[in-house]
Amino acid sequence: MANRDARPGRLRPAPENFLSDADIQLVQQGRRDFLRKALLGASAAMALPAAHAVGEAGEAAILELPPWSTSLGQPVAANPYGMPSRFERNLVRRESPGLTRVGASSVAFTPLQGLFGILTPSGLHFERHHQGWHDVDPARHRLMINGLVKTASVFTMDDLMRLPPVSRIHFIECGANTGMEWGNVAVPTVQYSHGMLSCSEFTGVPLRTLLDFCGADYRKGRYILAEGADGSSMTRTIPMELVESGEVLVAYGMNGEMLRPENGYPLRLVVPGVQGVSWVKWLRRIEVGDAPWATKDESVHYIDMMPDGSHRQYTSVQECKSVITTPSGGQMLLDRGYYNISGLAWSGRGRIRRVDVSTDGGINWREARLETPVLSKALTRFNIDWVWDGKPAILQSRASDETGYVQPGYGQLRAVRGTRSIYHNNAIQSWKVVESGEVSNVQVL
Amino acid sequence: MSRCFEAALAAILSLGACVATAADRYPGVGRPATPAEVRAWDIDVRPDFTGLPKGAGTVERGMTVWEAQCASCHGVFGESNEVFTPIVGGTTADDIASGRVHALVSGASPQRTTMMKVATVSTLFDYIQRAMPWTSPKSLSPDDVYAVLAYLLNLAEIVPADFELNERNIGEVQARMPNRNGMRTDHGLWPGAAAAQGGMGNGGKPDTKSVACMTNCKPAPQVVSILPAYAQDAHGNLAEQNRSIGQTRGKPTVAAGGVAPAAGGNGPLALAQARGCMACHGVASKLVGPAYDDIAAKYRAQADAEARLLSKLKTGGQGVWGTVAMPPQAHVQDDELRQLVRWILAGAQAR
Repeated sequence: MANRDARPGRLRPAPENFLSDADIQLVQQGRRDFLRKALLGASAAMALPAAHAVGEAGEAAILELPPWSTSLGQPVAANPYGMPSRFERNLVRRESPGLTRVGASSVAFTPLQGLFGILTPSGLHFERHHQGWHDVDPARHRLMINGLVKTASVFTMDDLMRLPPVSRIHFIECGANTGMEWGNVAVPTVQYSHGMLSCSEFTGVPLRTLLDFCGADYRKGRYILAEGADGSSMTRTIPMELVESGEVLVAYGMNGEMLRPENGYPLRLVVPGVQGVSWVKWLRRIEVGDAPWATKDESVHYIDMMPDGSHRQYTSVQECKSVITTPSGGQMLLDRGYYNISGLAWSGRGRIRRVDVSTDGGINWREARLETPVLSKALTRFNIDWVWDGKPAILQSRASDETGYVQPGYGQLRAVRGTRSIYHNNAIQSWKVVESGEVSNVQVL
Repeated sequence: MSRCFEAALAAILSLGACVATAADRYPGVGRPATPAEVRAWDIDVRPDFTGLPKGAGTVERGMTVWEAQCASCHGVFGESNEVFTPIVGGTTADDIASGRVHALVSGASPQRTTMMKVATVSTLFDYIQRAMPWTSPKSLSPDDVYAVLAYLLNLAEIVPADFELNERNIGEVQARMPNRNGMRTDHGLWPGAAAAQGGMGNGGKPDTKSVACMTNCKPAPQVVSILPAYAQDAHGNLAEQNRSIGQTRGKPTVAAGGVAPAAGGNGPLALAQARGCMACHGVASKLVGPAYDDIAAKYRAQADAEARLLSKLKTGGQGVWGTVAMPPQAHVQDDELRQLVRWILAGAQAR
């Protein structure tokens, strides 16, 4: 046990040992002001907790009984709606400074760097609003279905919640996720690079049930318009083929409870595999029509700029993509030794078939373990063992889906789409690990 | 839309006979929409102008509406980049002739304005009607929507200054939209039927065909982009954005005591953010509107300052700080307005 302190997971004394000798020299010469400031902070934040110090007799964490072992705890229902531990406050939705000027038309990103499995806690589901969110009174909320239907109809929440429901797990990803990185690295962590991504169990009624109910003209009506009840009354065109597949849901439930207000309470559309903007929140109306609508968010925004200056319209599918969530940008490895590389993979075209991981920047790859469940158009968790030898490394993941499509690298994607698009960036993400253990966001060809 | 009105009407006139078979499976669920209900909500306007209401508005009338209700966010000439991306700019007479915006091809314009991108004039009508103005959407009459749109089209030099836009001539305007030929749908990201089957797109054929190479896939990785040093702490202290247990820690990027961009909070500043005030005002710096510090300095000594500012917030104002109008803040409750005014006059501290 002489070498106890070198075991994986054990903090080394900060800050000097996080840096190579060369790095320390640079800091001492004052040539890396940022790093020097960071280390000033580090000495406070990274100081060894007393509990980690192992004395001759053993650890204080074991030898000295803590208050929770020696006193009475709190009663039931002290928190009628339970909240995370006070020690988990770091993992919250956050905005990317400077991305937008107005909070009501902005994004709050999901902290993917700290999440496990495939389900996103409802309180951490990413937010994207176009004109602010409301806590809509469900008793006054209505869903109207009109257009090419025999009977234009109105449904209350009572009506919708009486109909036979289904519950399905699906990812939702904003079309602009990773959009800041088309041209170059722009953000430090996976929360900001990939955090417009969440996955939940949604409960609701297949839209097809409601369209059948109203007598939709499926021959002429090959498109639907979904419309929200908020100020923006978000509208998006969706192909009838998706509705007919039974996958599109008029959902009120999320992870066992009602939708959160920020996610469309009491009703939102669920369009598996399609970008989040089409999952219209506070859904008030479905119109069946014979042509697309070219709404603002399919004519001015959510259009993909191509190198020749043209824009692709009605780009909707979120193609196969993956990202390593830990170790990831902005994190630090604590020591050499064993690490579990863990991440998420997803495809708007179906199930994930495999995920490969590289630790040398894409020269060699190993197949990762896919954790169950592996569901169509849902996040899939992958894990793979890695022993870090303390040398520089570049971590990448590459997913393939059941159609045989393989997630492209930046070089391949840019060769077709250029660098001026905002949307549908599904390129392979690279995280660089340096000898100090710091992990940072890089782009690799 | 007339089809749906007819369908709804037919359903009401002959309820018992007309109910679709599928509805029989769920008796007691749902009801037919009345024609008035459908009219109230079915406000969308398609590129073929289905759904376009009758009406008319001149450029001149549009300017009046614009300056009162739109200019505070978008700038007097629709050029402002302060709150939202610019609406007008970057298009030329040649673009109007060709239907392709040259600046998108050449990359000459750093900003992509709305007029550079939008291909269909119906989109603008639909969006203004459904979602504008920002704090009181759906409050413009059809005539005012025509007028505002005429004003914007004039700023983009698509229509002359003496133009009146109406439901009869909007099709002619469509033929002059600068980027009307700039959209394409021949891609694989439309999840419906392909163009060959009467839908759109190529049926899902992807852009890239990557191969899952496993060993010796390239000689060496080439790092082409890293986060610049000045951006390292732009997202706050990353140490405070990661769990304090587990296999990693967050990297400290801000000296202890630095401010991380945590969301939420209580107090007047959070209220001002939540109610959209900070979209146009800064505490210490002038944005679209005056800085709160400047407002406090101007009014603090006046006995009726609170009442005057309250009234300005409720009814709007213009002229004191420049030509850009402050729109009425009808979406904010009275007690909240009072709280905000007191906070501003007291020095707008971030507490």
